[in-house]
Amino acid sequence: MTERETGAGTAARAGAAPRRWWRRSTPWIFAGPAAALLVFFFAYPLVAGFYQSFTADRDGATTWVGIAQYRRMMSDPVFWAALRNTGLILIVQVPVMIGLALLLAFGLNQSWLRFRSTFRIAYFLPAVTMLVAYSVVFRVLLKTDGGLVNQMLTAVGLSEIDWLNSPGWARLALIGSITWRWTGYNAVILLAGLQTIGREQYEAAAIDGAGAVTTYLRVILPQLRPVILFCSVTSTIGTLQLFDENYVLTGGGPGNATMTPVLYLYKVGFEQLDFGYAAALAWVIVVVIGLISYAQFRFFGRDSSR
Amino acid sequence: MNHIARGTGRLRPGRVLFVLLLLVGAVISTAPFYWMVVASTHDNSELFQSPPPFMPGGRFMHNLVELEHSIGFGRVMFNSAGIAVVYTVLSSLISAMCGYALAKYRFRGRGLLLGAVLATMMIPFQVLLVPLFQMMASLGWVDTYQAVVLPFLANSFGIFLMRQAFLGFPDELIESARIDGAGDLRIFYQVVLPVVRPQLGALVIFTFMTQWNAFLWPLLMLNSEDKYTVPVALYTLIGQSHVDYAGLILGSFLATLPLMLIFFLFQKQFVSGLLGGAVKG
Repeated sequence: MTERETGAGTAARAGAAPRRWWRRSTPWIFAGPAAALLVFFFAYPLVAGFYQSFTADRDGATTWVGIAQYRRMMSDPVFWAALRNTGLILIVQVPVMIGLALLLAFGLNQSWLRFRSTFRIAYFLPAVTMLVAYSVVFRVLLKTDGGLVNQMLTAVGLSEIDWLNSPGWARLALIGSITWRWTGYNAVILLAGLQTIGREQYEAAAIDGAGAVTTYLRVILPQLRPVILFCSVTSTIGTLQLFDENYVLTGGGPGNATMTPVLYLYKVGFEQLDFGYAAALAWVIVVVIGLISYAQFRFFGRDSSR
Repeated sequence: MNHIARGTGRLRPGRVLFVLLLLVGAVISTAPFYWMVVASTHDNSELFQSPPPFMPGGRFMHNLVELEHSIGFGRVMFNSAGIAVVYTVLSSLISAMCGYALAKYRFRGRGLLLGAVLATMMIPFQVLLVPLFQMMASLGWVDTYQAVVLPFLANSFGIFLMRQAFLGFPDELIESARIDGAGDLRIFYQVVLPVVRPQLGALVIFTFMTQWNAFLWPLLMLNSEDKYTVPVALYTLIGQSHVDYAGLILGSFLATLPLMLIFFLFQKQFVSGLLGGAVKG
């Protein structure tokens, strides 16, 4: 890099001042557009939103209310319902999905398996559906009267389920849809990680007398840790930002059973037009995402700081 | 890879069970796609009959005409495609340029810019929802396409991805191109950019997918029906008093087709784009 600076020096000796100016501003010709956009559409609204979270609109005027919006959140049952739902998805859906994806990746990595690439495509296909489109499809599949899922249930002698209108089933429907969409996606990522592990590792473990299960648990899994971390962090962030799926599938209902923080933020901000409260909600979501991602890095990140 | 080589050729019960499970999973994964084809080619009233139709029907054109009539599907697809293409081209270019500056130049403010990019990656865009909405409103940009495209053009993920790609490019090559008299912009377009084509391809695919899927922001920004993108238009179909389910599924299927097409054409870049540096570099 010092080479570059001396290069600039010779250019300056040969040329005039404008030329030096051109040299010095060259990096900004490349970085300028992005930097300007980031300042204008990111930094500014970020600060504006933070300020806004300490204000409220009263009688047509915006007034400073201190931390009142944040305190209001503490006693807002819908906010807590949204957090609980997210927590449930985080504790139930994410581990189940990552576990399934891991099994799937191990399976698709077996060399004796025929049609491996066909299987991989089949499992990955849900990940290329448009988010709103697949939510629409599940909404129609789960329709209470005459929906395909209920028809299949009655065909095997079970009773119909009011999927999207009872809290427990609606949550299950949401969890099931997300799992359908993202399991193959995570499996393909994990598979790519698996394929960087050389076969000699498996052979060495076999020579040491380890069975297949032990090999995977003791040898392969620890090496996959960074990739598992990546999958769980992106899945967690995705869960904490959940909006499209439940907005289309259930609208957050019934009775806030599938409400999520971002959907609530949307409703508060753009249906109730309560901008101050929405801004405060947004900041709490950011802090929660930050904390949970940090915790995951601490949990999975140890040992892998090579 | 093949540590279970012993026993090849023999039919082992464990493996049979395993393959069966894998098949069941594959059916669950793909059945909704088959059902989309079935549902979108039948009449609305036939969908919820008992037993439901299992084979594709002949109402495809009828449903398509109906969909064109209800949400102007052709127009809406055109809007989505236009927005996604413009966004992808501009955003990829801006990201690549910024990534290049961050990787290959030393300049005042570089550390700050890199820090800002990293911070942006960690902060979800929903935080900006309210203030950005108000910003667009005060600019008078609500219900315009620049309001949909502009705020997210500087894609921090893309900038970071491209920076990582450029870091590996040898400085000597840039130097020698400069000695040969090439200007900085020419070096970027003709020398450096072609080398990082794989990463750029992944970024382009990722960016296009993101914009094609985008729902929340276009939903907030676009008010007039003739400006809607596909996800927004599909959503409005759900809210109608007599839902045209067959049309809804047809629209969903057609909206997913471009993504499937891209996937089949560019599988390799596609997957590495999704990985976003999780496995390599």
